[in-house]
Amino acid sequence: MQTKTQQVNKYYLKTKRMFLGMQGTDGLLYKLLIYGLLVGIGFVYLYPLLYMGVYSFKSLDDLLNPLVNWIPTQFYTGNYEQANKVLNFFSTLMETLYVTVLPALAQTAVAAVVGYGLARFDFRGKKIMFVLVLATFIIPPQVTLIPRYIFFNELNILGSLSAFLLPATFGQGLNSAIFILIFYQFFRAVPKALEEAAQLDGAGHFRIFFTIALPMALPAIIISFLFSFVWYWNETYLAAIYFGDALTTLPLQLQKFVATYQQMFPAEMGVSGGNQLNEGIKMAGTVLSILPLLIVYFITQRWFVEGVDRSGITGE
Amino acid sequence: MKRLGNNRNLTGLLFVSPWIIGFLVFTAFPLLYSLFLSFQEVKITTDGIKTNFVSFGNYEYAFSVDGTFVDRVLKYLEEMVISVPIIIVFSLIIALLLNQKIKFRGLFRTIFFLPVIIASGPVIKELIDQGITTIPSIEQYAIYQALNDNPDGFFNGILLYLIKNLIVILWYSGVQILIFLAALQKMDKQIFEAAKIDGASNWEFFWKITLPSLKPMIIVNLIYTIVTYSVFSLNPIIEHIQKNMFKVDTGYGYASALSWIYFLIIAAALAIAVGVMTVKRKKKYT
Repeated sequence: MQTKTQQVNKYYLKTKRMFLGMQGTDGLLYKLLIYGLLVGIGFVYLYPLLYMGVYSFKSLDDLLNPLVNWIPTQFYTGNYEQANKVLNFFSTLMETLYVTVLPALAQTAVAAVVGYGLARFDFRGKKIMFVLVLATFIIPPQVTLIPRYIFFNELNILGSLSAFLLPATFGQGLNSAIFILIFYQFFRAVPKALEEAAQLDGAGHFRIFFTIALPMALPAIIISFLFSFVWYWNETYLAAIYFGDALTTLPLQLQKFVATYQQMFPAEMGVSGGNQLNEGIKMAGTVLSILPLLIVYFITQRWFVEGVDRSGITGE
Repeated sequence: MKRLGNNRNLTGLLFVSPWIIGFLVFTAFPLLYSLFLSFQEVKITTDGIKTNFVSFGNYEYAFSVDGTFVDRVLKYLEEMVISVPIIIVFSLIIALLLNQKIKFRGLFRTIFFLPVIIASGPVIKELIDQGITTIPSIEQYAIYQALNDNPDGFFNGILLYLIKNLIVILWYSGVQILIFLAALQKMDKQIFEAAKIDGASNWEFFWKITLPSLKPMIIVNLIYTIVTYSVFSLNPIIEHIQKNMFKVDTGYGYASALSWIYFLIIAAALAIAVGVMTVKRKKKYT
């Protein structure tokens, strides 16, 4: 009798440990809860993407058929063909890369130089400058937009890449303050000994910057470039105003998707369906306009998510 | 030695000089110029821009005549007060979850960061138009219908807004998750072990140690969230400013005044948010 209760007790403890965990280890229930939450929230994040993906492959019949929900009856690529025509995909893609990669490069380069200057040198007014750098992040672009617009108009660079490139080259691009901060934190964390050794060997400040500091800052450079690239890509408000009709990007084309479509495929009177714009085509257009970014992201995601701790964005 | 010091001083200035030039030309001057414009009536003629001083006329117009602007500002403030805390709390929860010892951590991080990559104005707009941003098939539930029937009450309004925009709100939290996660991973593991030995539970540990040490990051995230939320291109106020910029009868002067009002509102919101956070902290320690 004694042994039996002991045994029952033992089993009870064992199962309790398995489900609720002991000090230091996590129980099964706890794990279930965490994974459940993660999967659930992850689904909320992925849901729009899944929806887009599925709908972009639906033919008109599938769209109208209420029984077809998540799995299209056939692999239909007609939506993509039309969306491709409306977006004028490849030439727009090239143009988008042109107006995003170059400003992103300029911005990263300048942020590195300025961040280095702030981290490594003491000069009069440094604290004031630091506050001003942070302040530029808070100023909404709308406030400076009109004077910049007038100014660019006088310089005659509206509708050309310079309208993006020029502010970026002088550290006033999109969220430039964040990139300067990233480099500032990074260069501050790098030990000074190396530079001092180089200085003793007679290297000048610029040589030290280019041959020692810059190669070490590779993680910061990559993360700055990637973020800068993504943010320039997704910028439509400034792009629409500065570029007008002269230059276009994929997100801008997506904004005008409906109008362009109706121009290209005028609806015929009395004929329903046919070549009318439907959800599937729109979703295909949306997928196409984010696809290049998705590809870049999946190749470089290691840098995106790990680079943030490595470049010390949070400070010490 | 003194020469060397001066030299360093100059080299430092040389390094930051692109930013100083840029700041003066592309930020400080435009800022002042738009402040100047906001007190003027601006007409664009063939021989350039003609301005005419109207004192606070533009500002008065914004608050007394332009009903849309006031409406939109109020709505924006209301939505911000609801959304920002949710974004912060939510990103903190996700960061805490991701900080556990779990499998597929990389995969989850990749998913949670996805919105930062693809969330441009037109894409979000497309998603909202298609109704993908609401909780799937929420309309079928009785609670939604009950709320929808009388949307006037204060809490009903909040709940409705949340239900309709949940996914968009959650999509704002990518960068914040990363910042919290980076801070969590930098926390000293020894404190955790010491607290464990003293018999602190996970729950106590979170409230007494994790949360207070995350406070600076919460402030950073607050600022980041408010700023990105305010300058997002789908924001109705921004739309309104842009519309007025190209309108003949209002024009640049009025649009400048609007953007300055908006700027001051954002600055006030930031000051209040940061103020609230720091006041709380002082209370806790005394």
